Order: sequence, then structure tokens, then C-alpha cells
Amino acid sequence: MSDAAAQSRSWTDFANPARFLALVERVLPWLAAAAVIVTALGLWMAFSAPEERQQGITVRIMYIHVPFAWLSMMCYVVMAAAALGTLVWRHPLADVALKSAAPVGAAFTALALATGSIWGKPMWGTWWVWDARLTSVFVLFIMYLGLIALTRALDDPSRAARAAAVVTLVGIVNIPIIKFSVDWWNTLHQPASVLRMDGPTIHPSLLWPLLVCALGFTLIFFTLHLMAMRNEIWRRRVAAMRRLAARRADAAGA
Amino acid sequence: MSAHALYVLVAYGISAVVLAALLGWILLDQAARRRELAELEKRGIRRRSQGAQ
Amino acid sequence: MLALYLRDLRLGVRAGGGGMTAIVFFLTLVATVPFAVGPDLNLLARIGPAILWIGALLSSLLGLDRLFQADRDDGALDLFAMSGETQPLVLTVLVKCLAHWTASVLPLVVAAPLFGVFMNMQPAAIGATALTLLAGTPAIAFIGAVGAAVAVALPRGGLLVSVLILPLAIPTLIFGVSASYAAVNTPAPFLPPFLILCAITLFFAVIGPFAAAVALRQSAD
Repeated sequence: MSDAAAQSRSWTDFANPARFLALVERVLPWLAAAAVIVTALGLWMAFSAPEERQQGITVRIMYIHVPFAWLSMMCYVVMAAAALGTLVWRHPLADVALKSAAPVGAAFTALALATGSIWGKPMWGTWWVWDARLTSVFVLFIMYLGLIALTRALDDPSRAARAAAVVTLVGIVNIPIIKFSVDWWNTLHQPASVLRMDGPTIHPSLLWPLLVCALGFTLIFFTLHLMAMRNEIWRRRVAAMRRLAARRADAAGA
Repeated sequence: MSAHALYVLVAYGISAVVLAALLGWILLDQAARRRELAELEKRGIRRRSQGAQ
Repeated sequence: MLALYLRDLRLGVRAGGGGMTAIVFFLTLVATVPFAVGPDLNLLARIGPAILWIGALLSSLLGLDRLFQADRDDGALDLFAMSGETQPLVLTVLVKCLAHWTASVLPLVVAAPLFGVFMNMQPAAIGATALTLLAGTPAIAFIGAVGAAVAVALPRGGLLVSVLILPLAIPTLIFGVSASYAAVNTPAPFLPPFLILCAITLFFAVIGPFAAAVALRQSAD
């Protein structure tokens, strides 16, 4: 049974942890290689792109700041999808996906805030300002930290996962707020220039490096996420094996 | 190097450090899990599904 | 439903309940701020609405982990979950939130004008702040219910509840304070942020109990 089952190619491949791990082993080297190549290409394009008229060299920060910001939101959407998987479909890997995505998302959010702050100092003259987008991204960061704490707070991993799933879904309202905050409150952070109804307003010579960098960092995100998911599956497997061994030792000794 | 270039450098530097740390943490976790699994294998403890074979 | 409401209300107002503690905490907070910030009356008047809002937020968070704790300890929570046909769990949670708000938070809203005087706020500011508190604090109770439901089984759950709830409660805080300030600074309109605040409360009145019921049912498994 195992061989034929391991070769099936439907999307339910992802449901069985063993099959998922086999898939990851096959896919991960290619994914990691692609991530490195695309990111390197993107950064090379970023540094050979022209400097922006007003900002000079600091515009180069855009090529990492914007992808990090996009990824911080994308990671939360991935976690929300995993949360739905846990609560609605009881997908066995959804718990693992949510728990392992949280630290990666938190790291990208922190980097988005940090690079944004470093970009803001020469551009706006201040490290931080409480405008709508910065505030809501900061709130997103705190939500990531809360979810990291919650997924590790309860001993029973499936109960922790369901609790985290509920909280993740309630917090999803923050994502549209982040996206549209720059349009609703016109304070300091510049309005949307890429994902707009009328199309991007960035010049193509700056847009293409940005998109390639975004793709590269997205591949990095998924590489790290899959690796973290694999670690988490192994962690649970080890715990289960130890419990099994303890029970057998108990039965043998009794 | 102009002052602005310094900002760019610091931004990229912090990003590299944080991403490397994240990767490093994941790799360390991975190595530890592999070690634990190998140790359990050595002690002859199988998973229920494997034991049935 | 009314019986549940009155029961929770009575429990909340009793000596061991959170109602009195919340008011005392609120008072202490508002009294501490002038000590820390200095007696500059203009400054106090400027930050008054914000301090009242932060105080109300933190005081509401205080009593939240007690929202489901007592019921869980004596098994009533399981009964609520099981009587799903006669009274849906969502409705039960909604009523408990309202009772918690009435017992613990409404006194804060009533006391807010008095504390506004301590902070040397103008009458318009005091009135606006009290009104925004009245409209916005139920939102905090509803959001808090989700956190309380999630953390009901945790031994040290209280702190985690606050960490989870605070980010979600920030928009409520922002609009509440914004509306309060708008009432004093004439170019800024009062109605838009106030209406958004009401909308947030209504939104979380639906989402909060629903998510809390799901969380309670999950933790009962």
C-alpha cells in the first residue's frame, strides 16, 4: 500500500504527514536554489537600476523594505488559511503550518519595520511616526508575538493550534486595514504605488527589480516555512515515539 | 561613502543578519530533531505505523 | 437569557467580583498620571481623553480572564456548551459579555466625567470622552471575550489574554480618542470617528461572541 500511495499526486498529498515530508524532501533543494538565484538576481537588478531623483541612493532600501512588508501580510494570510484548515476542515497539517509560519512572519514584519525606519530617517527626517500604516504594521508584529506565545503555551499541541486558529482569524481584520490605511488616512507613509486600481505608478526600471526581489524573498519565505514545518512534524513525531516507548516500558514493567 | 549610503548599508546588513539568524535557528532545530529521531531509532523504538511492517 | 444576564451581573457586583476592583484601578491610574506627568493643567487637559481611554481599556482587560473562569471551574461552561439547541453558545457568550460590561465597565464610564474634572478637561471634552467610552468599551468586552475563551484553560492565562487582546483593541482606542479630541478641536469633525467607533462595536458584537463560542467549544473537546 505504501508505495502506490506515496506516488499519488493529488492535492491530498499534503494531508498525510509522511507523504508531505517526502514531498518536502524532493522539492526543498530546488526551492532553496530558486530562492537564492532569484533573490541574487533581484538584488543585482536593484543595484544596477537608476537612482531615484529625489531620494538618491536610499531608494535601494525600497527593494527590501517593500518585499518584507508584502511578505509580513502574506504570511498572515497563509496563517489565516491554515487557521481555516484547522477549524473548518480539520486538516492535519494546518496546525503545523500555522505554528511554524508565525516566527518567520514575525521576523519579516520586524525587518519591514526596521528597514522602513532606516529608510524613513533620511527621507522624512524621523525614525518613527505614528501614522496609520506604521501603527497597523506594528500591531501586526505584536499579534505575531502573541500567536507565537499562544502556540507554545498549551501542552496539547492540537488544542493550542485551535486556540491560535481562532485568534488568527479574528485578527485578520488588521490586514485590510494595513493595506488600505495609506489611502484612508493620508498622513506620512506614501500611498499605494504598485497594487492599485489604475495600475502601478512606479517607473518600470524600478518596478522590475522590485518585483524580482519580491519573488525572491517570497521563495525564501516558503523555503524557511517548509523547513520549519518539517522540524515541527519531526518534533511531534519524537514526542509521540517517546510516549509510545514510555507506555511500552510501563506495560513491560507492570 | 556618503551618509545616505550608510543607511542603505545598515538596512541591508540588518536584513542579512536577521534572515541568517532565522535560517540558523531553523537549521539548529532541524539538526536537533534529526539527532533525536536517530537516537530513538537506535534504541529500537519504532512509530506505530512502521512497527506494523 | 435575562436570568443569565442578571446572575452574571449579580456575581460581578459582589465583593469578590471584578466590578469594584476595576473602578479602583481606574481611579488609581487616573490619579497616578498627574504625579508622573506633572501638575501642568494644560498638559493634563490635552492628554485627558487619552488617559481616560487607556485607563478604561486596561481596567476592562483586568476583569476579562474572570469572564469564563468561574463557569469553567464549576462545570457550568460544559452545560452551556451542551445546551446548544435551547440557547446557542454564541448567545450565551453575548449575554455574559453584556453582563461583564454592565458590572465592570459601565461604572467606569459613569465615573469618567468625574475623573475628567481631575484632569482639568473642558466640559465638551468630558462629554465627548464619556460618550465615546460608552460606545467603544463594549467593543473591548467583545474582543476580550475571544481572548478569555482562548485562555480559559491556561493557568497563567491572564497575561496572555492581554497580549492577544491589546492589538485588536487598538483601533477602538484610536477612534475613541480621535472622536474625543475632535469634539474639542473644532476643525476636526466628531461624527465620522464616532460612527466608526459604533461600527467597530457592532462588528465585534458579532465576531467576538462567535469566535469566543468556537474557542470555548474547541477547548471543551
